[in-house]
Amino acid sequence: MADEQQTVDEAEQKEESFKPSAPTSKLNFDGPWKYDEAPQSTAAVEIKDQYELFIDGAFREPEKGRYMTSINPATEEPLASIAEATQQDVDEAVQAARKAYEKRWSPLEAAERGKYIFRLARMIQERSREFAVIESMDGGKPIRESRDVDIPLAAAHFFYYAGWADKLEYAFPGRKAEPLGVAGQIIPWNFPLLMLAWKVAPALATGNTVVLKPAETTSLTALKFAELCRDAGLPEGVVNIVTGAGQTGSLIVNHDDIDKIAFTGSTKVGKIIMESLAGTDKKYTLELGGKGPNIIFEDAPLDQAVEGIINAIFFNQGHVCCAGSRLLVQEGIADHLVRKLRDRMETLIVGDPLDKNTDIGAINSEQQYNKINEYLELGVQEGAELYQSSCDLPEKGYYCRPTLFTNVGQSNRIVREEIFGPVLTIQTFRTADEGIAKANNTPYGLAGGVWTDKGSKIFKVGSRIRNGVVWANTYNQFDPTSPFGGYKESGKGREGGLHGLYPYVKLNPR
Amino acid sequence: MSDRVEVSKTYKTYIDGTFPRTESGRYYKVYDGNGDILANACQCSRKDVRDAVLAARDAFDGWSNRSAYNRGQILYRIAEMLETRKAQFIEELETIGYKTSDARSEVEASIDRLIYYAGWSDKYQQVFGSINPVASSHFNFSLPEPTGVVTIWAPGEQPLLGLISVIAPVIVGGNSCVVLSSEKYPLSAISFAEVLHSSDVPAGVVNILTGFRKELLKHMTSHMDVNAFFVTDPDIDREQRKQMDEHGALNLKHIIRKSVDNWEDKESKSPYFITDFQEIKTTWHPVGF
Repeated sequence: MADEQQTVDEAEQKEESFKPSAPTSKLNFDGPWKYDEAPQSTAAVEIKDQYELFIDGAFREPEKGRYMTSINPATEEPLASIAEATQQDVDEAVQAARKAYEKRWSPLEAAERGKYIFRLARMIQERSREFAVIESMDGGKPIRESRDVDIPLAAAHFFYYAGWADKLEYAFPGRKAEPLGVAGQIIPWNFPLLMLAWKVAPALATGNTVVLKPAETTSLTALKFAELCRDAGLPEGVVNIVTGAGQTGSLIVNHDDIDKIAFTGSTKVGKIIMESLAGTDKKYTLELGGKGPNIIFEDAPLDQAVEGIINAIFFNQGHVCCAGSRLLVQEGIADHLVRKLRDRMETLIVGDPLDKNTDIGAINSEQQYNKINEYLELGVQEGAELYQSSCDLPEKGYYCRPTLFTNVGQSNRIVREEIFGPVLTIQTFRTADEGIAKANNTPYGLAGGVWTDKGSKIFKVGSRIRNGVVWANTYNQFDPTSPFGGYKESGKGREGGLHGLYPYVKLNPR
Repeated sequence: MSDRVEVSKTYKTYIDGTFPRTESGRYYKVYDGNGDILANACQCSRKDVRDAVLAARDAFDGWSNRSAYNRGQILYRIAEMLETRKAQFIEELETIGYKTSDARSEVEASIDRLIYYAGWSDKYQQVFGSINPVASSHFNFSLPEPTGVVTIWAPGEQPLLGLISVIAPVIVGGNSCVVLSSEKYPLSAISFAEVLHSSDVPAGVVNILTGFRKELLKHMTSHMDVNAFFVTDPDIDREQRKQMDEHGALNLKHIIRKSVDNWEDKESKSPYFITDFQEIKTTWHPVGF
């Protein structure tokens, strides 16, 4: 077997360079045998036709009576109508949160506050399958990911921060932590419930109340979470969910009675938020874009690295702010690695997010689908060589083949700009210094990977790349105990871990 | 009294370990406590800010890669140098109207402030870093790292103690900085540059400019190669705060405003002055055979 592999490799090496979009024959699982469909049942999931705003512990209609349609990106069929919150709705949500902060949540014994949060964690676990299926239907992500990553991690976040509620005096040396008040939180569409957990759990644990706006294309799990807050008996107004588009978000950002803004989304919007808050001295945290370098050294374990590269860029269709979207390969192994990568890409199953075998689901929205395709065209125009796997795509729905670009330069827009899709650019480097310089040659600084068998090299390279997260011989790992967040234009502040408490407290002298 | 004419010092700027005049050739007058002219200070320009940022950026890599112990010793060395020149600084403060006892108290507090932060150099990482017990098979830790180049408005009052209280926490954490001295009392800042110059502080780690806040605000907060801006005066008006934030938003700088009334207060020093200019980096390392 090993010999055979080598022969094929040698044969391929004789090619001058690989041809874009020419499928390779190895590991072709579609040949002699095929995966059967393995659809996840949706029977246990109830999605209503219409969802209202969750304000002061109750669902209520939006003041202007306007609704938006949430689409299942895998089928392009409407899933539900979502209320659009306007000024008065946001005002009421903020009032409810303020009242809850003053009357119910901050006077509550910290340990009791923690128990509510533990209860939320448990209830997410109890209803995890339902949440996972809705997440996949609403956002297009493979059920395997929503089931094994998004939902369990969301529950774990609540469980972790619940325990902090009555231990804050140990978290900030020499200081007494006080809550800020009402937190306005705006979350993206790539990890809807998980991002909600990252925002809501530390805010509640530190004694703040919340007005949260989910992304307009993925509001359903946030509204399900609202049901869960109600079922858990969480005091009214502690968590308020207002749905809507960017307009609703800006009402939150500019609201006078909100003490803190937490935003996850694009760098462009992050800058607008910072400008909007200019001069107010409001506290804010921003979790923004990235163009993650994934650095592969010659001494890296190659098979493992290939899996890591695939995970780094194709996880969640590449809709990941910390995606390893810039592959930097040491020159000597570049051709070999790229061939292996193409072979592995051929095996990826793109299709129905609810199929348990699916590796890459649907692109989240038509808008994002168009944006990715514009970048694909742009890459070709810029002179890059495009390679896409040869898989079939479903006829309906927004799907994109896993894609890589070679022959790219540092100045190419596909190398510099965040694409937020399953698109990888590949550059090479000779020395470690060159690799590090290329990795850092970006205004972003969120996360990156280093692949080598040498421990000392990991720590040297890791300490020199200007990123908030370094994954060594792994990628896209997350944990509630582990702080996450960016350097430079990738954001401000950290979420997760002890450091994730800071954004939600003011520190006073003891 | 002899008839000897005293030689007075030309106060220049401190950029990249040298003492150039402002490239603009402009000056403004600095007065003593009696309203008499003390010196002509440089009225620095946008170009000076850019030169200084360039120097700070060049110095950043080397400085941030010094060992924590080494940075601590260098801060301690600054304190030693200041102690030996105590008399000069007391005298300089007296010329701007300080009573001798107040001048002495400020200079001594300044020396002690350097010692305070020197001691933090290899401790804040331990106090503010963490080992994270992740559920997967990984060794996971988070450590503070310097954010990069920091531009600073030194406090308007307490021109020596205030200045040192804002520089020390920034550089002990491995950042480099560009400091605009107190507008009204710039002279101790330039004299302090001479202390830095003889204290093994690498060129470019601290750059000191004199001039007008109003003119330099935009340049110090909008420069795209600056990572943070630091100001501590309690009386910055809303319009200026707004401008700082808006310019800062161009590249998402950290705009750090802390309000300190009196730098001799107990609360005017803390490790949180260091951590405001640190980024937390989390590293994941697999655990297995």
